[in-house]
Amino acid sequence: MSALARSRRHRFAPMLLLAFALLVVGGAYTALAPSSAQADALDDADAGKGEALFIANCATCHGPGAVGTDLAPSLVGVGPAAVHFQVTTGRMPMQASGPQAEAKPPQFSEDEALDMAAYIATLGPGPAIPTEEQVDPALGSAPNGMLLFRVNCAMCHNAVGAGGALTEGKYAPSLMNSSPTIIYEAMLTGPQSMPGFNDATLTPDEKRDIIAFLMEQRGTNPGGLSLGSLGPVSEGVWVFVVGLGALIGCAVWIGSRSS
Amino acid sequence: MSIEKSSHSGEHRELGGSAGLPERFENPGLEPHRHRLADSDPKRAKRSERQIALIFTISILASIAGVVGYAVFPVDIDRASVLNVRWSTLVVGLGLGIGMLGIGVAAVQWARALMDDGEKIEDRHPMSAGPAAHQQSLEILRQGADEANIARRPVLKGAIAGALALAPLPFLVPLIGNLGADWDISKFKRTAWAPREDGSGDPERFFEGTYRYLARDPQDTKIRAADVTNGNIVHVIPHGLPEEEHYLEEKAKAVVLLVRVDPSILKEAPERADWSYDGIVAYSKICTHVGCPVALYEQQTHHVLCPCHQSTFDITDAAKVVFGPAKRALPQLPIKVDPEGYLYAAADFDEPVGPSYWQRER
Repeated sequence: MSALARSRRHRFAPMLLLAFALLVVGGAYTALAPSSAQADALDDADAGKGEALFIANCATCHGPGAVGTDLAPSLVGVGPAAVHFQVTTGRMPMQASGPQAEAKPPQFSEDEALDMAAYIATLGPGPAIPTEEQVDPALGSAPNGMLLFRVNCAMCHNAVGAGGALTEGKYAPSLMNSSPTIIYEAMLTGPQSMPGFNDATLTPDEKRDIIAFLMEQRGTNPGGLSLGSLGPVSEGVWVFVVGLGALIGCAVWIGSRSS
Repeated sequence: MSIEKSSHSGEHRELGGSAGLPERFENPGLEPHRHRLADSDPKRAKRSERQIALIFTISILASIAGVVGYAVFPVDIDRASVLNVRWSTLVVGLGLGIGMLGIGVAAVQWARALMDDGEKIEDRHPMSAGPAAHQQSLEILRQGADEANIARRPVLKGAIAGALALAPLPFLVPLIGNLGADWDISKFKRTAWAPREDGSGDPERFFEGTYRYLARDPQDTKIRAADVTNGNIVHVIPHGLPEEEHYLEEKAKAVVLLVRVDPSILKEAPERADWSYDGIVAYSKICTHVGCPVALYEQQTHHVLCPCHQSTFDITDAAKVVFGPAKRALPQLPIKVDPEGYLYAAADFDEPVGPSYWQRER
């Protein structure tokens, strides 16, 4: 005690104290701060492998170092969520240029996609891949999700998420087979024509509510032919082609002579 | 229709010599009657009979199946389930449909295959009743008028005309009245964004009690300018509107799209220079064509598309029409930021939102 008291005026004492305080604060932050999703999903990812994959498969369009070219935008700061969304749904690498990059069977495994996401994350901070808990439909409120979906999403993606047309060959895809993680990443990053919904516009809880609604209404066909749940368009085509066709067939049959 | 042989046969005349077309065509009459196989072949008739009986039998079975299905898949309150409702609807519907269709198909087939199909001709009666009957009817009318003494009693003439004219009014007046008691069209010209000039607004919802804050739809939470990022969209209602009267009517006029675009690509008229904030612009969500909500925002082209008739508006250029049937640009809502960073409406729209109406000037 007396040794400590004597050395408290030592000229290194303030520095030692500062170092100790920093250690305590830093340690406490690490222990208490919510672990970011990025850390979770990208824990085992290898940014070096991701960079190799990027150079071999993506750099043609996105440029070395992902800074973008005339063909494709810069990926600095798009975040791991955007990479995971684009690569695991097969939208990237793009097969051919067209109105929009369409989903197709993915060319890379989940691990390879995470490696690339880790590489892109080293270039600049961006939206992280959501955790399992953030996208768990069981934890969300489907009724609230429906309210949010109707205002923010239904105009493009249809009232049940069946998708719909935009301009010049672009379209909002169906959400019927999209996984909760993919839906979350799309809301967060706003891929292609879709505007993003940042965490102030739709909080992470509200995003989970929307996912809960989409999952809830997937299995609720009350019977009959849903015709893609596209509403008056497909039902009208059905009535005009099949319904009127059957009526015309009946009229021809009634008017024909028996052999 | 008379199908007697035309008496014009033999009056053919060549037209222009080379065309070879007769001046008029003869009524060819009925083609010779062709007998059906079933008319001459009893075996064939028997087969048709069996066929028709089979269709009737299918109809009978389907009707029974429909009733059985109703009993097998109960939909009363205690035993109903989604699966039961689905099957009950399907079986009862198919039973009723096939039951009815079977009767129709069998009856038509019966008429086609077995009933006598010889053509019969029945001429129409003459339409006129003849001059004697005409004369008699006119006489009766004239006699009635004489007996009623209409010509000599003008008061009665006026009275009956008045009574007949007024009698439909108890029907017509409520009908027109019920179309809407409210003929005040000035409300088309203002929305819930209009500032409360007397400062009477709730300070939580109105900046300085006057200017309405922007809020997210449907959460009704205020929006910080910093939270509106590039490439994002926010659907906006006036703050606190959900708790006010006539919420839906007011919301239908006041909904707004909030978007931030790079200020370098934003084209702004000089008189609108202070209507946006650092690239954040707010436009009415109600289409100027027929009033659908224009909300399909394509963030790469900065176009908003109306889902009803594909009118497309360019957000970077004062929401002018770039495609489709709409005539006018979307009205812009002037926005400002309070000291805490929250967005509020500095004024109402400077023109009526939505489609044209009869007293709009342009």
